[in-house]
Amino acid sequence: MKKLMTGNEAIARGAYEAGVRFGAAYPGTPSTEIFENLPEYKEIYSQWSPNEKVAYETAYGAAIAGLRSISAMKHVGVNVAADPMFTSAYLGVNAGMVLVTADDPDLHSSQNEQDNRLYAKGAKLCLIEPSDSQECKDFLKEAYDISEKFDIPVLYRVTTRICHSKSTVELGERVEIADKPYERSPKFSATPARAKVHHMRLENRLKDLEEYANTSALNKMEIKGDVGVITASAAYNYAKEIFPEDTSFLKLGLTNPLPKKLIKEFAAKMSKIYVIEELEPFMEEQIRALGIEVIGKDVIPVTYELNPEILRNCLFGEKSPTKTAEVQATGRPPVLCAGCPHRGFFYTLSKRGSIVLASDIGCYTLGGGDTCICMGAGFSAGAGMAKALELKGDTRKVYGVVGDSTFFHSGMTGALEIIYNNANIIPCVLDNGITAMTGHQDNPGTGYALSGSFAPKAKIEDILTAFGYENVIIVDPNDLDAMKKACDEAETCGKRSAIITRRPCLLLKREAHTKAKFNINSEKCKKCKMCLKVGCPAISTVNGQPVIDRAQCAGCSLCAQVCPFDAIEQEG
Amino acid sequence: MSNVKTILLVGVGGQGTILVSKILTHGLLKAGFDVKMSEVHGMAQRGGSVSTQVRYGDKVWSPIVGEGGADILISFEKMEAVRWANFLKPDAKVIIADTAIPSLPIATGAEQYPEGTVEAMQKLFDVTLVDADKIAKEKGNPRGANVALFAEAVKVCGLDFVDWKEVLTEVLPAKILDANLKLL
Repeated sequence: MKKLMTGNEAIARGAYEAGVRFGAAYPGTPSTEIFENLPEYKEIYSQWSPNEKVAYETAYGAAIAGLRSISAMKHVGVNVAADPMFTSAYLGVNAGMVLVTADDPDLHSSQNEQDNRLYAKGAKLCLIEPSDSQECKDFLKEAYDISEKFDIPVLYRVTTRICHSKSTVELGERVEIADKPYERSPKFSATPARAKVHHMRLENRLKDLEEYANTSALNKMEIKGDVGVITASAAYNYAKEIFPEDTSFLKLGLTNPLPKKLIKEFAAKMSKIYVIEELEPFMEEQIRALGIEVIGKDVIPVTYELNPEILRNCLFGEKSPTKTAEVQATGRPPVLCAGCPHRGFFYTLSKRGSIVLASDIGCYTLGGGDTCICMGAGFSAGAGMAKALELKGDTRKVYGVVGDSTFFHSGMTGALEIIYNNANIIPCVLDNGITAMTGHQDNPGTGYALSGSFAPKAKIEDILTAFGYENVIIVDPNDLDAMKKACDEAETCGKRSAIITRRPCLLLKREAHTKAKFNINSEKCKKCKMCLKVGCPAISTVNGQPVIDRAQCAGCSLCAQVCPFDAIEQEG
Repeated sequence: MSNVKTILLVGVGGQGTILVSKILTHGLLKAGFDVKMSEVHGMAQRGGSVSTQVRYGDKVWSPIVGEGGADILISFEKMEAVRWANFLKPDAKVIIADTAIPSLPIATGAEQYPEGTVEAMQKLFDVTLVDADKIAKEKGNPRGANVALFAEAVKVCGLDFVDWKEVLTEVLPAKILDANLKLL
């Protein structure tokens, strides 16, 4: 049966067909839908973990205990999971283990465009790279066989374009894999003396794996003319699109260790070779080190996503003719939704003069701030800034911001840092009861698990209190007076204070939300435009008169609270 | 790959561009083409500019084209059409919904909504302007401007060889099916 699938759907299907029994992940664009699709397959136990390190360790533990397991995360999530990942290569697996890394060339929804193929080399993992949805499914089955045969975790690298593109997939049957027995042995212990042995063993396994890569069906040689292209992943499709029919291709699916013998064999038949890959010259540098001259990153950009037009331009000097409109479009930045509970918090801080706001990764990134680095840095980079400003004699107040999911992910350690080292910063947890930017995934604070079943609900205030916060202020961010009081109190009370703003994400269907609608009474309105300052997408001006779009208004009442003339009225 | 055609669908998050892309993709597959569809998720959901590409032909390799690569533009919003103009081939066909959605900087008065977006496109391309909101309202489905625009687009682009009513029946959930069938 054929089915139209995104790469992410195909990976979930591939896990099912490959006999996977266990999955643990943390959401992150563009990887999220892999695990959103897993609960569809009842044969696989799947879960969200508090962060990527925990997810990787949990999945790896399951592989040690004898079940085929999968983990998935966005590229920067692998940074969080890197610690166990490096050592897991030394120790190997019992049942097969695959980590899907979803890279984001072009930074569609990320803070950097790091190329995680480099992790495979650094951590000495097997690297497999599918190029479309069919391969996303098929290569995964092969990945588990390789993982078990060569006793190594597999890094399975996809990109946004592969994750979020749809193409047809021929479905297969699930292979039931017998559970592997588990007994205690020195194999899974990386004490220094044992790890020394493990490292030597890993080097030997990598040699065997390279030998295998030379003949693996994942690496395909297609000999036509004497101009050759060596490529992998999404770039393969772009190259296929622009090169003439008589071009030879070495299309690689298993890219660490690279099949050196196969590459030499291919190169020997060619008079001219192109290496085409997105981002870093990962394959190119290794191919050049074999003494093979190639055309690659000398002309192909190392930044951003590739496409057929970019390749045609940089390889053949053929620029597709384009027309540009004489009227320019203005920017359309993403914004906090109408009625977003984060808006009241950011509005309140905007009225507090010259403060420093260390922000973080999530919906609240859209609220602005001084910094946006990585998950958790809102507290800990903020703590460092607060310390440094204090040492410099700078009296500006410092606020740190994380969301509820980010708090559990890596905000907790930052919150502890603030207490332990007495940093003069007010940590704020914007608790909207869900992981929102990635599209509503449950987390340890929501009371639900990935399967939809109830789960114990961790209380942020209890955790902060246990850390030593003496004054944990819980406030409704839609109440601007209370919000201001909370900030005043946290700044002046002399106790170690933290703020939790608590109101569920407006898009969260299982919560009841207000049905209120607000209107601007044009007779009372003095057109002072204070209401526009809350930055709500439901409010705009028509010929100088502010108006509220009834369809978008979510009834949060912020605009009514800031209106100095009581001109914004609730309907009914 | 000369027989491969690329349709670029652009709009603002929440306008239903992805649903139309899904309908389009499904219909082209049914018609026997190889089809690839690519969309950008993530932050674009929050009121940002969104785009989808649908490519079809005998054999489609790349799911996307770059600047100067698209044959057809279906724009669900006027300013978005201008933004994506350089992605079109010089002889591209363009369908624009006569809809203006202000960005937040425009709504707050920090920026102005550009004048003459449609005229600027008309100077460069073969443009069909569709009052999709009005059509949708007249046909009794005010929320169906996306499908109303799509109905016009399939006529203009010569994609009426597909039985789109049948496609809609297969793709849309039952509760919104009838209201949308009226728009075709």
